[in-house]
Amino acid sequence: MNSNIKVAGFGGQGVMMFGQVLAYAAIYDEINGLWFPSYGPETRGGTANCSVIVSDKQINSPTFKDANHLVAFNFPSLEKFREKVSEEGLILYNSSLIKDDVNEEGRVCVGVPANDIATELGNEKVANMAMMGAYLELTHLFSDKTIEAIIKKFLGERKAHLLDVNMQAIQKGKDFIKDLGVTYA
Amino acid sequence: MAKVLMKGNEAIALAAIKGGVDAFYGYPITPQNEVPEYLSKHLLANGKVFLQSESEVSAINMVYGAAGAGARVMTSSSSPGIALKQEGISYIAAAELPCLIVSVMRGGPGLGGIQPSQADYYQATRGGGNGDYSLIVYAPETIQEVADTIKESFDIADYYRNPVMVLVDGLIGQMMESVDFDKPIKERFLPEKDWATNGTANHPGRRNVANSLQIDPNALEQHNIHLQEKYNLIKKNETRYEMINFDDPEYVIVAYGTMARICRSAIEMLNKEGIKVGMIRPISLFPYPEKAFDEIPKNAKGILCAELSMGQMLDDVLIANNGRHKVGFFGRSGGMLPDPEEIVDAIKNFSERVVK
Amino acid sequence: MAETTVKYEKTKGLTDKPLSYCPGCTHGIIHKLVAEALVDLDILDKTIAIASVGCSVFSYEFFNCDAQQAPHGRACAEATGIKRVLPDNIVFTYQGDGDLASIGIAETIHAANRGENITVIFVNNAIYGMTGGQMAPTSLPGQKTTTSQNGRDTDWTGGPIKISEMLATIDSVAYLERVSVHDPKNYLKAKKAIKKAFQYQKEKRGFSMIEIVSTCPVNWGMKPVDAMNWVKEEMIPVFPLGVFKDKGADNE
Repeated sequence: MNSNIKVAGFGGQGVMMFGQVLAYAAIYDEINGLWFPSYGPETRGGTANCSVIVSDKQINSPTFKDANHLVAFNFPSLEKFREKVSEEGLILYNSSLIKDDVNEEGRVCVGVPANDIATELGNEKVANMAMMGAYLELTHLFSDKTIEAIIKKFLGERKAHLLDVNMQAIQKGKDFIKDLGVTYA
Repeated sequence: MAKVLMKGNEAIALAAIKGGVDAFYGYPITPQNEVPEYLSKHLLANGKVFLQSESEVSAINMVYGAAGAGARVMTSSSSPGIALKQEGISYIAAAELPCLIVSVMRGGPGLGGIQPSQADYYQATRGGGNGDYSLIVYAPETIQEVADTIKESFDIADYYRNPVMVLVDGLIGQMMESVDFDKPIKERFLPEKDWATNGTANHPGRRNVANSLQIDPNALEQHNIHLQEKYNLIKKNETRYEMINFDDPEYVIVAYGTMARICRSAIEMLNKEGIKVGMIRPISLFPYPEKAFDEIPKNAKGILCAELSMGQMLDDVLIANNGRHKVGFFGRSGGMLPDPEEIVDAIKNFSERVVK
Repeated sequence: MAETTVKYEKTKGLTDKPLSYCPGCTHGIIHKLVAEALVDLDILDKTIAIASVGCSVFSYEFFNCDAQQAPHGRACAEATGIKRVLPDNIVFTYQGDGDLASIGIAETIHAANRGENITVIFVNNAIYGMTGGQMAPTSLPGQKTTTSQNGRDTDWTGGPIKISEMLATIDSVAYLERVSVHDPKNYLKAKKAIKKAFQYQKEKRGFSMIEIVSTCPVNWGMKPVDAMNWVKEEMIPVFPLGVFKDKGADNE
C-alpha cells in the first residue's frame, strides 16, 4: 500500500492540518508517513498545499510526479493540481466553493459541500474534517478509532471541547459519501 | 520514547538537546526557524542558554566564545546566513574549537529563494572563510538519520576539536517523518576540555587562550600542517557513505540528502524495467568517500551525479572517478524539486547528460 | 643593615611578556590599570579577557588570565557567548575605536542593550593605529590621517561618533564613564572608574564600559608629551570626560 496525497486550498482552510492528521495516523497505525508543506510567504493568506505519503513500505522519494489522491479545498487549487493526478486516482473537491462539475477522464471525481456541512454544525472551521470524513469513507485508509486519537492529540487539552464537533463533521462527511453511493477503494 | 512524527527542524533541535547542547546562539532565517523556536522554549526551561543574536555574524562569534569556554554549543542558519558566518567559522576551525553548525539550504545565489536546494555544497566543503581549514560535513537523508547525526556530531566535534556542519536542504527541515530519539550512538572516549578558557582557577599555573593569530610564518605553517594531519585522521576514521543496490550495476548514481531519496525511488523504477542501477550515497561530504568509487564495476556504462544545484559535488565525483568512467550530471536548482521520473529519464538518456 | 621594603612591584595581573606598544602610547598605562583592578578585586583567576583586532590584538599575551582573541569587531559577541555559559566568571573586552565604534558597533550596542554583565574597556585614540594611521570613526573634524590627508571633512565622512553618549540612552547599561590618563589626576580617576566597572560586574549589575581617551603619538606625528597635550586640548573638548550612566549611584 502506498498513497501519494496532495492537499491544497486557501491558507486558513485547515489544509496543513488535514495532511498532518494523515501522517500522524500512519505513525499511530505503525506504518510510514511523510508530510511536507509548501512554505514561506505564499502560505500567508494565499494558497497553501502539502504533500503526504502514507505507505506500509519504507518511504524513499518525498516528491512524486502524480498524486494518487487530490483533496482540493478551493478552485485555484483544483486547477493547479487536477492534471497531476495519476490514472485511477481520486479527486475530492469542496463543492461548497467549486460549483462546476468536475470531470477528469480515468479519475474518480467527488464533490463534498464541506463548508455547508460545517455551517450546519455551527462551526465553519470543521469544514476540513467534513472533507476528512468523505476522504476516509472513500479510501478507508484509517479507522475511526485512529482518527479520533489523532484529532484528540491535535486539539490538546485547551480545545478538547471541540472534539465532538470535529468528529460530527467527520461522520457527516462519511454519511454524505454513503448517501451519494460512490465507492472508490 | 518510541517513534514520533516530527518536523525535521524540530528533530534537529530535540536531537541537539539529547546530544547535550549547553547553548544555542542564532538569528532567524527561513527555512530553519523551527530550530531556534523549539530550542528557545526547551533550552531556557532547562536552565540552558538560548540567545537570539543581533545578526548571524554575532551569532557565530557567540558560538566561538562559548566553544572556547568549553560549552557544547551550536548555531543553525540557512544559505545567506551561513555566508555571513564564514569569517567566524574560519576562526573557530583555526582555534580548534568544537561546535555544531546546522545549515538548512535554500536556493541561491544572493537572497535567492526559500525553497529546498543543495547549492551550498561548495560553501560547506570548500568554505567561504579564509585559509586552509575544513569542517566535518554530514548530509543525512531522513529525519531519523538527521537526529542520529546531530546527537553524535557533538562528540565528533569534541573528539577532533573541530566544527561539525550538518547540511540538509529545506525539505528535510520542513517535512515531517517518524523518528526515534533513543537510538544509541557510538561511544567515544572524550578527553577533558583542559584547554577551555574558564578561568585559571580551574587550571592553576596555566593560562588558556583561544586564538587564531600566528604572526610568525613558521609557526603558522606548522599549525597548518597540524590541521592537515588532523583532517587526514578524520578522513581515515569518519568517512561515511552507503552503497545501494550495488549488484553489478550498469549505471551508478551519486547523490546525497533529499536527492538520494528521490534517486532511491528512481532506481526501483529502473530495476523494474530491467535497468540495473546502483547508488553511492555520500553521508560525509567532508571527508568525501572517494574509496567507494573503486567498487564501481569496470564495465559500468557511467556515473550520474544528481544534485539540487547546477553541479557542485560534481567536482568531487570527477576527482574520485579519476577519469575511469563517463560522468553525467543531473541538477535542478532554485528550489525546484525533481520527481523520480526525471532521474529515470536521465539514466535512460545518459549520453545527453555526459559532462564534457 | 636596613630592611628592604617593597614600595612598588609590577602587578601580577600582567605577564612578563614585554608590551608591544609604541613609546608614548597609553595602552601600557591602561593595561596596568585593568590588571591592577583584577588583582585588587581578587578576580584574576576567574577572568577571561577578549583581545580585539588593532594595536591591542596581542593583549591576550599580556593579561595574566585566560583569554580569547576575537575577529575584528566581534569582541562583545564573543564575550556574550562566554558570559552566558560561565555567568559566574568575569569577562571583559579590550577594544580600540576602529574595532568597537566602526566594524563592531552593532555587537557593542546589542551587548549593551541586552545588559550583558561584561566590562568593555574602550580605548579611543581617534585613529587606526595598527594599520598605519587611517581615519577612524572617532577622528576629529579636520584631523589629518592617511585617508583624510586634507583633514577630516565632516560633510563627506561624518563627524566623530560618540559611543558613551549613545550607549547612555540604553536602559540596561549599568555604568558608563569616559576618562583619560593624560595627567596624574585623571589617571587616578581612570583607575577608580575601571575598578568600579569590574566591581559592578562582580555584583552582576549589568553592562559597563569605560572609554579611555588615549594617544597615538606615532600616527598623530607628535612627541609623547605633545600627544598628551593634544588629548587635553583637542580630544577632550570633543569627547568630554565624565560619568554618563551609573545605575549604582541612581539606586543609592
